[in-house]
Amino acid sequence: MSDFIAEALQRLPTETPGWLSEQRRMGRSSWKSSTMPTRKTEDWKYTRLRVLEEGAYLGWAERQDPSSPALTALRDQVKILGLDARMLVFVNGFYNPELSSLKAMDGMEVVHFSEADETQVGTIRTHLGTAADRDKYMFTALNDSWLDDGIFVHVTQDSKVTTPLHIVWLTVPQREAFSLSQRLLVVMEAGSEATVVEHFASDGDQQNSFTNGVSELVLGANTRLCHYRLHLEEEHALHIGGVHAWLDRDASLNSFHLGLGSTLKRLDVVVRHEGNGAHCDLNGIYLPRHGQHIDYHTCIEHARPYCTTKEVFRGIISDNARAVFNGRIHIHPDAQKTVAELSNKNLLTSNKAEVDTKPELEIYADDVKCTHGATVAQLDDYALYYLCSRGIAREHAQVMLSIGFINELINNLQHPSLGEYLKPVLGGLFAQQVKQTERAE
Amino acid sequence: MLSIKNLHATVEGEEILRGINLEIGAGEVHAIMGPNGSGKSTLGHVLTGREGYQVTAGEVTFMGQDLLALAPEERALAGLLLAFQYPVEIPGVSNMEFLKTAVDGMRKYRNLEALDSVSFMKLAREVCKRVDLDQNFLKRGVNEGFSGGEKKRNELMQMMLLEPHLAILDETDSGLDIDALQVVATGINSMRDGKRSFVLITHYQRLLNFIEPDHVHVLGGGVSSVPVTSHWHWNWKIKATAGWKVRPCNE
Repeated sequence: MSDFIAEALQRLPTETPGWLSEQRRMGRSSWKSSTMPTRKTEDWKYTRLRVLEEGAYLGWAERQDPSSPALTALRDQVKILGLDARMLVFVNGFYNPELSSLKAMDGMEVVHFSEADETQVGTIRTHLGTAADRDKYMFTALNDSWLDDGIFVHVTQDSKVTTPLHIVWLTVPQREAFSLSQRLLVVMEAGSEATVVEHFASDGDQQNSFTNGVSELVLGANTRLCHYRLHLEEEHALHIGGVHAWLDRDASLNSFHLGLGSTLKRLDVVVRHEGNGAHCDLNGIYLPRHGQHIDYHTCIEHARPYCTTKEVFRGIISDNARAVFNGRIHIHPDAQKTVAELSNKNLLTSNKAEVDTKPELEIYADDVKCTHGATVAQLDDYALYYLCSRGIAREHAQVMLSIGFINELINNLQHPSLGEYLKPVLGGLFAQQVKQTERAE
Repeated sequence: MLSIKNLHATVEGEEILRGINLEIGAGEVHAIMGPNGSGKSTLGHVLTGREGYQVTAGEVTFMGQDLLALAPEERALAGLLLAFQYPVEIPGVSNMEFLKTAVDGMRKYRNLEALDSVSFMKLAREVCKRVDLDQNFLKRGVNEGFSGGEKKRNELMQMMLLEPHLAILDETDSGLDIDALQVVATGINSMRDGKRSFVLITHYQRLLNFIEPDHVHVLGGGVSSVPVTSHWHWNWKIKATAGWKVRPCNE
């Protein structure tokens, strides 16, 4: 086994704006002092990094032919009809203007770090790395140390931006396995509103990419951000990512996550309530199957009083897949009058499927209201029989029940067009799965 | 239409049905009565093929087919429908989607043209009206948060949409107030066309005041008694049941 920490440090970004070097230096020093997690590392207890440690994934991403018809077809597949969004498309980490539909929007600036003007650089430098803690999240440190560019989204004061921003990260296989960094910084000035969709997808071929992603969402006072993060990559695409949100007074974050499994997929979602009266709705669905793995670690830091959190995650784990869910809510001593709810429900559709779920409440204030719960269940035989007794084929009934389990979250999405986009994708997924099970039997 | 011969069945190793014989002709209405635990509901579930309900002996022919060889969904497509005593709540699956999937499958099986969403919606609304159920129930999850009576009406609605050849109504009258009972009875009567047959599993005579059965059977200890013929039962009093002799087949 190679020394992944040392080898990753050898990998130095070449073209990069000089002002990012400080960030990179701090990232490198933090990464250098970290150690690869083992089974005894609580945060990584159920997620092994063996596949990375084998060292095959440190190659460089290559720029793909931007006019390739296959990429255009892929872009059309990931386009969400009815969302009417501005699309920003990256292929293997490189921005692809031909596939994107970015136009100037009132109230929202979208620029690459490398193309930012002086004022924008100032704002980026103020906020970059403030929401994501590189000392606590080692892969954030790695992202920092590889930092060569990123996307900066700036929503100006009191702007209500209705057109969603749809950022698509596509991967296609390369000859050699490779790593790529994804970095997003969203800064919302006081009183603004916006919608950002982060969408990870790939073509149908067997992938050999490792994506290391960090998204930072900085919500100023009285802002409203509707955020989606979709992971619909092919099952060999590795991903370790983090979404780090920082909420000022009365800010409201609505964040929805959807993840299909892969050989290795780990997402850390961190929300910090740093101003009085902030609110966060955090919902998620994970759907690993075959031998896939998916790990969602969420952490809500209630640092200030009068903040509220409502968190619902649901998972359907099939075949011999494994899911990990860790939901932490940390109420600091100052955070009186906090209201926090956390629910995690899991459906195992096979007796080889496994889920490790752990809700964690850590409360240091005495006047708060917190609830949490986790359940693990199987498809209800009686419900299955009920549907079959109406002439619905068993495999179709299984699909209906599986989708029913997550439908509540899909139906409650703030943008119904996104639900319409996801439903056939998920329907197809379960139908395919049922067929495979039947064949195996 | 349905012919049951010496049917024995066990649930979790315990023998519940011990030699049921029943002949149901086209267009007939049969009532099955009997005390709790006598196997009435078990009979319904055995006929629709519920998992865990093991047939150990006997045979069942439905419209010329060996019913017991069919999967539950095939039995439904063949025209058998059981209105559940305890309909299942399925949150997340909308009633509309459920009904449309079932009707689509049935129409396909019967070589009927598929209904588009608009025509189906119209049909579903009409049926809602017939069972006196608000249209909002179509949008809700299947039976989710429905009251007991609403669930029963939803069962009736499925019967009206799927138009089975034989409907088994398992205590569809239980827990209903008199108005709801009338709605259910009117609904069932409206489905009687001289060809469709019904089995009413019930504890109460009151349902039979609205729906005149051709035959009344009494189940006792999992065995069917001699049917009470129609001229005999009419104007009967509930007390009369005490006089019915349960004659086990193995005696």
